[in-house]
Amino acid sequence: TYMFRKASRGFSPGLRRFSDLKVTEHVPESPASPRLTEQASLYVHWPYCLRRCTYCNFNKYIPKENNEDIMAKCLQRETETLLQLSQVSWYVNSFSQGGGTPSLAHPSTIAKILETVSKQVNLSDEVEVTLEVNPTPVGMSKLKDYHHAGVNRFSIGVQSLQAKDLKSLGRDHNSLDALQTLAEARKLCPGGVSVDIMFGRPNQTTELWSRELSEMLRVCDDHVSLYQLTLERGTQLFKQVQSGQVTMPTEEITAEMYQCARTTLQQHGFQQYEVSNFAKNNSESRHNLSYWTGRQYIGVGPGAHGRFVPLGEGGVAREARTQTLEPDVWIREVRQRGHGTRRRIQLGHLELLEEVLVMGMRMTMGISHKHWELFSPELSLLEIFGGSLVVQELLQRGQLILDDRGLRCSWEGLALLDSMLPVLLVELERSFSQKLAAN
Amino acid sequence: MTYFLVKQLCDISLLGRVLPFKVCRRKIPSYNICYRVLRHRLVKSLPVLSSSFRSLSTQPAKDAVDLSKFPVDKIRNFCIIAHIDHGKSTLADRLLEMTGAIAKTEKNKQVLDKLQVERERGITVKAQTASLFYSHDGQEYLLNLIDTPGHVDFSYEVSRSLSACQGVLLIIDANQGIQAQTVANFYLAFEAQLAIIPVINKIDLKNADPERVESQIEKVFDIPREECIRISAKLGTNVEAVLQAVVERIPHPGGSVDDPFKALVFDSNFDHYRGVVANIAVIGGRVKKGDKIVSAHLSKTYEVNELGLLRPEEHATQKLFAGQVGYIIAGMKDVKEAQIGDTLYHHDHPVQALPGFKPAKAMVFAGMYPMDQSEYPALRSAIERLTLNDSSVTVQRDSSLALGAGWRLGFLGLLHMEVFNQRLEQEYNASVIVTSPTVPYKAILSSAKLIKEHGGEEATIVNPAQFPDRSVVLEYLEPMVLGTILAPDAYTGKIMSLCLSRRGVQKSMVYIDEQRVMLKYLFPLNEIVVDFYDLLKSMSSGYASFDYENADYQAADLIKMDILLNGRPVEELTTIVHRERAYSTGKAMCERLKESIPRQMFEIAIQAAIGSKVIARETVKAFRKNVLAKCYGGDITRKMKLLKRQAEGKKKMRRVGNVDVPKDAFISVLKRKEK
Repeated sequence: TYMFRKASRGFSPGLRRFSDLKVTEHVPESPASPRLTEQASLYVHWPYCLRRCTYCNFNKYIPKENNEDIMAKCLQRETETLLQLSQVSWYVNSFSQGGGTPSLAHPSTIAKILETVSKQVNLSDEVEVTLEVNPTPVGMSKLKDYHHAGVNRFSIGVQSLQAKDLKSLGRDHNSLDALQTLAEARKLCPGGVSVDIMFGRPNQTTELWSRELSEMLRVCDDHVSLYQLTLERGTQLFKQVQSGQVTMPTEEITAEMYQCARTTLQQHGFQQYEVSNFAKNNSESRHNLSYWTGRQYIGVGPGAHGRFVPLGEGGVAREARTQTLEPDVWIREVRQRGHGTRRRIQLGHLELLEEVLVMGMRMTMGISHKHWELFSPELSLLEIFGGSLVVQELLQRGQLILDDRGLRCSWEGLALLDSMLPVLLVELERSFSQKLAAN
Repeated sequence: MTYFLVKQLCDISLLGRVLPFKVCRRKIPSYNICYRVLRHRLVKSLPVLSSSFRSLSTQPAKDAVDLSKFPVDKIRNFCIIAHIDHGKSTLADRLLEMTGAIAKTEKNKQVLDKLQVERERGITVKAQTASLFYSHDGQEYLLNLIDTPGHVDFSYEVSRSLSACQGVLLIIDANQGIQAQTVANFYLAFEAQLAIIPVINKIDLKNADPERVESQIEKVFDIPREECIRISAKLGTNVEAVLQAVVERIPHPGGSVDDPFKALVFDSNFDHYRGVVANIAVIGGRVKKGDKIVSAHLSKTYEVNELGLLRPEEHATQKLFAGQVGYIIAGMKDVKEAQIGDTLYHHDHPVQALPGFKPAKAMVFAGMYPMDQSEYPALRSAIERLTLNDSSVTVQRDSSLALGAGWRLGFLGLLHMEVFNQRLEQEYNASVIVTSPTVPYKAILSSAKLIKEHGGEEATIVNPAQFPDRSVVLEYLEPMVLGTILAPDAYTGKIMSLCLSRRGVQKSMVYIDEQRVMLKYLFPLNEIVVDFYDLLKSMSSGYASFDYENADYQAADLIKMDILLNGRPVEELTTIVHRERAYSTGKAMCERLKESIPRQMFEIAIQAAIGSKVIARETVKAFRKNVLAKCYGGDITRKMKLLKRQAEGKKKMRRVGNVDVPKDAFISVLKRKEK
């Protein structure tokens, strides 16, 4: 782990991971508080896949030629530009490479990017460096080198252990590959391996799912991400369902599957900490938590999204930034001007709070009063939601909880979060504009 | 060929010369006036000629015609009446061309139908008038063609037009034969005791069967087949014979130029710049510019500013004489001053007023709401402007908790309502929510207190919210119509069961020839206002035609039905229904609501109830899981957009109890179904 050590040279021991972050008594009013602007996580997008899965409509491309060198240089260059722009001074607290199929990238590419990061900012020695891995024999053969390059967490897209399903989903691995990759990854990063599992697949029943999950739990590490297969327009699967070739489980069934999985995972010692994420032994994904807690993140690579204050050019407000989608165009732009930022939208204070609310409520711990205060020193959760009749109804039905700790969903409520969020957003906006008018 | 072209140009420039000049003389030219002139149809279609107008218009105006040359016996006033698409407007175009009122060009298509909706639907909504000059047996005649609306919804307009005529041309398609509106129009003319000339049109069509149509005419109208004139208005075949018949068979108007001046107002228009333009039929005497005239209705005196013929454009003259038909502008500021059916006379020669007309009664009501409340003022002014020229529409302000502020409009019939909506959309670009039409019910009150409140024992109920309780009512009444259906006999069985399901009572059934049947049914109006006509059309492959006339009120077992959401009544969905129809109506409403109320975090019961008795129920199941599985950095923007849209939608929803109901749900239940 040469890269990693090198990267951690500037580590300052006083700085802990963000979840231990202490909020000082003098909370600045501006959402661009130093607490929030001096750190960020970094997401690097690898846009290539070998083939397209039948359910996926994500931004990714089947590479026409081997342009890995160019890609690596451009990713480095953009990382450099954006880190500078963000002026993240303390540290990048997590790093994640996703895609696409990032495990198609050469380990040296990842090493180079990490090196770029460590040259510019202090990397904590506990920095989480995650790589999404496809459990193919090729992917597995590179795990060691990735680990050597600095990766300390693997997120493995197992999806299913059913051969038939993997095939119909268009995945390029089989269940044996998955099991072997998983074992190898656990050997390299004990406690640092996450498994992606997908439910709600065509023709899946609750019983089949329950059995499959138990099987999975026997082999997996300390982290599980549970995704319901969503039918996206424009995918092959969508067409198959439309034409009646394939039937998807009904909403009733998938609701049952979700609840069944939550119970099973809990019985196996996994704590649910977000709608789709479960962990034991404190192995939550820090990178993903940074999204849900409204932290800054920098997105590098074609189509990557970011949220940070561009302090480097005198910015004061957080911006929602999107990089150019098409890899070829993005490469051209990075070569010309150092980055491929296509869209920049300033987030107003209300918009920032809306994101903090929407993302925060996905966590089982919800939003603590302290956490909210960090973003909204003038308007507390109680002021916003305490007096609302509609919110009262949600509380009475036991779907929402507002207490000394803060605002969060109940166990039942979490499954219905998307029905509650519009209600909460209406209340937030109402209070916010009232407060604005009063000032 | 050369000669023809020259003649054509002269015709146009003559007409064009008079009009722009007249306008210029009346007012100092301004942008608005220029606009009016440019809107002139002939100028618009032939813009090359506009330069020649200018040089000519500097000459002093002179009457193009000396109307004193036309005593009553040289005048014929007539209408053309027909079923939709039987060729009324095409015949009018030919008559106008042949008498030189308009130039003969390919472009003359439905010259008298000015509105976009008229041209699109092939119907006439607003009657127009054209005076034609015609030589017959060496004599010069003045023929006044008074165009009429083609549908009995507009029978009020038709009867106004008929009152200024002595005869009608009844056009019948040689292929389709007699249709429902042919019958309805015939009776209007027959009751007005006018001379009726049957004209069989479209004889050029491959499937034309004029013989069959002639025997239908003989059978249904009792007119000898020899009196029918076979023509092709499209090709101009035999149209000359129609003009001859007008002169020979239609009696000239009564009255004399020596009588005191007396005129019937049979139509009026409002012109933003000149005020009211009244169309009049001079019954006796003469009238000229500068005359002081009185309206019998209001006893108000006006000075005649301008008068003339309609050819069909206004064509100013110095005088109008007995028997003639034309327009008059006399400083009336409001259409109400030119009451249709009113009598005008000379201020120093009062006369006995003409009987006048019964005002039109609205029989179909519909709520009209802007799509968005911010469009309310624009929609208001559009409705105001449209009703200015259509006094038969009644307008009442209304408001709905779900749809906001709007209006309840009353129309003469279904087509009238459709035409009005289409004009709103086309001419004023207004997008509106139109609720499903309802009819005015009546209640005979038994409670002395209520009778006192209503000022009579009969109360008319337009709004279900005002439906008086059974306990204070002797009986409820519903409006009835006498429907006429004409269809090939192969469809008779299906049509009869449709009529039966609509509570129709058969009054007669006549074979008008071997294959075609004429059915008459007495229907509750409510049963035919929504989708009856569409069903009839589709079950007869388009061959059946339908028309109706109002047939007074009849006692009916009416009840008020509520729609409940989780037990709470939804005020704006309360409906008055016939007891027999309560279940099917309630069921349909619940089903439509179920489709459009989004699932929520709890179960929603949708019920139709009469009093406390639930007669239909649908359930919207609760969500069990509604949360997006994945939401990471790259998903936030999209997710926020979606949630914000839902939050915005939430704000616009109406809350009934604990149920959020989107406006769309109300619209889908209340709105008239799309065809």
